[in-house]
Amino acid sequence: MPDTTYLAATVAIAAAITFALRAAPFAVVNRLRSASTVTYLGRRLPSGIMIILVVYLLRDTHLTNPASGVIQLLPVAITAATYAWKRHMLLGMGAGTVTYALMLALTG
Amino acid sequence: MECQSQPTLSLARHPVPAPPARVELPFRRDLLAAARDVAGVCPGMFLLGVTFGLVVVHAGLAWWWTPLFSGLIFGGSLEFLLIAMAAAAAPLAAIALTSLLVQGRHLFYAVSFPLHQVSGRLRRTYAMFALIDEAYALTATRPAGELTSTRILAMQTLMHASWVGGGVAGALAGNSLPVHVPALDFAFTALFVVLAAEASLTGRRLADPLLALACALVAHVAAPGQMLLLAMGMYCALQLILRPCTDKRRHA
Repeated sequence: MPDTTYLAATVAIAAAITFALRAAPFAVVNRLRSASTVTYLGRRLPSGIMIILVVYLLRDTHLTNPASGVIQLLPVAITAATYAWKRHMLLGMGAGTVTYALMLALTG
Repeated sequence: MECQSQPTLSLARHPVPAPPARVELPFRRDLLAAARDVAGVCPGMFLLGVTFGLVVVHAGLAWWWTPLFSGLIFGGSLEFLLIAMAAAAAPLAAIALTSLLVQGRHLFYAVSFPLHQVSGRLRRTYAMFALIDEAYALTATRPAGELTSTRILAMQTLMHASWVGGGVAGALAGNSLPVHVPALDFAFTALFVVLAAEASLTGRRLADPLLALACALVAHVAAPGQMLLLAMGMYCALQLILRPCTDKRRHA
């Protein structure tokens, strides 16, 4: 179990950085609007960062092991497809999680 | 502003005050409006909060870390990642860089969040602190005149309470019932799949997710320990390098 000092430092660092990133732009909001590089990256980053995070979360999946690959990737596909179809977050997450539970039950 | 003075006038005309339910105080009206605004979002945040509380307890942390993470950081996606990183004893520098990269998107929220509607230094500080994705989504598209200071702050407070409340409920449940629900672990992955799908659909460019996927897989093979930072760095660098091409194509 991680020790208290380390966890307290984790919370403090993450909280400070999060607040700074939320608050600081208001001071320079007009300059930010006209900086074309910032605007450009602002459009390009969201989808890319989210895809990278998904791959990071699936990093323990072994693609060489078909069973493990299907258990992880089929629910991901179902989640994405359900969301793209209905555009409802909880529905997409629910469909994927139920699929995952079924995969676990079927493969024992 | 004309309509706000209306209830006071009608009260003055009647010797007996109207029952409280019929007095449309601006504060009460704003609270009700805020509750309606967040009604579709708060149940989902509460449920994800429960999942977060369970994840915290399953990672071996005491239950009271949940309100500290959720109350002080108030950034769901980052909090889930931090628990995974903390459980693996990731270095604090990696935690700082991950916070910076995951929360970096907030830099773009200031352009359209109606902070100018919020009065008072302390309230403005809270409004900036609680500027989560959902708060941005619910306020940025509204006509500014519709949102009062009280209404914006009440929306944010309700979402904050749902997230922290769900977290505490989940952590306490996970503590008293030592039941591990493996399927729940996937709910977090599913949240990111949904966010990735939403960002990709909004972005309307298939090249971005494909480029990110390539970066992620290369980084995973090249440096499994630093996959997140390497992949995001590569993705940013490639997007900047490719910018002349993508800009040209858009203007063509």
